[in-house]
Amino acid sequence: MSSRSSSIVRSVLPPAVFGVAFIAVWELVVKGFNLKPYFLAPPSKIWQKFTENIDLVWGAAKVSGTNALIGLLLGAFLGMAMSFVLSRFRFLNNLITPLAIALNAIPIFVLVAVLNNMFAITSEVPRRIMVTLVVYFIVLVNVAKGLTQVSPTHVELMKSYAASDTQILRKVRIPNAVPYLFTALKISAPASVITAFVSEYFGGSQNGLGSRITSNIANSKNAVAWGYVLGACLLGLTFYVISSLLEGVATPGGRAKRTKEGR
Amino acid sequence: MSAVEITNISKAFNLGSSNQVDALTDINLSIASGEFVSLIGPSGCGKSTLLRLIANLIEPTSGELVVNGKSAKQARLDQDYGMAFQQSGLFEWRTVEKNIELPLELKGWDKAKRQARATEMLELVKLSDFANHYPWQLSGGMQQRVAIARALAVHPSLLLMDEPFGALDEMTREHMQSELLSICRASGTTVVFVTHSIPEAVYLSNRVVVMSPRPGRVTEIVDVSIEGERNDATRDNSAFFKGITSVREALRGVEMSDHVRGIEDR
Repeated sequence: MSSRSSSIVRSVLPPAVFGVAFIAVWELVVKGFNLKPYFLAPPSKIWQKFTENIDLVWGAAKVSGTNALIGLLLGAFLGMAMSFVLSRFRFLNNLITPLAIALNAIPIFVLVAVLNNMFAITSEVPRRIMVTLVVYFIVLVNVAKGLTQVSPTHVELMKSYAASDTQILRKVRIPNAVPYLFTALKISAPASVITAFVSEYFGGSQNGLGSRITSNIANSKNAVAWGYVLGACLLGLTFYVISSLLEGVATPGGRAKRTKEGR
Repeated sequence: MSAVEITNISKAFNLGSSNQVDALTDINLSIASGEFVSLIGPSGCGKSTLLRLIANLIEPTSGELVVNGKSAKQARLDQDYGMAFQQSGLFEWRTVEKNIELPLELKGWDKAKRQARATEMLELVKLSDFANHYPWQLSGGMQQRVAIARALAVHPSLLLMDEPFGALDEMTREHMQSELLSICRASGTTVVFVTHSIPEAVYLSNRVVVMSPRPGRVTEIVDVSIEGERNDATRDNSAFFKGITSVREALRGVEMSDHVRGIEDR
């Protein structure tokens, strides 16, 4: 137990010390060189504005967070559904996967400008569609890989047991795809938050964290903008931590650890 | 009754195309019930292909294959045989016990019956303490023992093994060979065993089938006559060395068109 707690100290202490030191240096540089607040706000000021405006930050975080969460769940669901279709019909796989990968590589969230035109100006739907799209492709590519790239020995074994295609799907392909799904969710969770923020830059209601950051910068309220940035960081971190914890719960026996160790 | 009856079996891949490969031509082999038969030969001689034909994982191009008195396909559907590969092929998301239960699940056994059989199998391979471990927590030799336990879980009368000890170190390997023999002795299982190790083939087998490549065919069948029960002392026995010499000479007769040996064609 003591060795375990000491290993936690060893892994947590260095980054914590580094983080604190970084903030201290930031504070000292701003104070020491007497930097103007519109150039760079000191951390103490940012923290003060953050706590002062905590209700506003929380409200904006709820708007962006809801958009990200709805898009994340919808995208993950659709991505999984499509990957099952693709693994069942291989010719579709060859047709769609290269396209999905190509789409993944371009910043498709600029599409939100087009989507904004299609819905009411105060609608959150275009932002949610955008998040859905981004998550959809990440989940699709990864889960489809997990469903198809199974060990040939496993498939031969199942055939020797006279297993049907459905049984092979249930007992080999799906369990094989589980770690891929959680990898996809770990990538998607922060991506969904980022997409939700960026989507707010293309018009619509000025109610989310992303739009608050730009509007405060436009009003030269730099420290307040930084306060919203802090809120945005915390929101992204929350999404990431939850998806990581889910992975730990859903993959028994340290399977994640084993795959990380790179078989 | 013979366990496996192979009559004029041929197998060609990419049949009729310009890159047709004749993996096996005119194989005839009869394996008696309770017999231990090894298939040995250089890379590309089709020994793994022959094993997969018996397992009905692939279909022959021509010829007849009877397993346990029925067609190879029916024998597969009835789970008449168990199979083990060089990679243990354990499912890493299942515990050791659940891995052994898998073939029983597919047979539709209920939970209590499956657990009882898994416990029995774990005792057989001396891994009772590891029932709830995951495969990655075991050594390579232990994983292979679990794979053998899984192959034997349905109490098959026939065991098909494709270099099951190929990835193990020499000490573990010899230990596993002795264990396999005692398990088969106890259960009366017929074994068809693919290997490229001459001592392994001789130590384990009643008969060693020597095969040659391009096209794959049987060149000689060496009878191994070692008196009494085989154990570690057998490895110092003159009959054992005589068997090794016979197989080696039979393999020398096999014309080698390439210099690569000991590298398997999986």
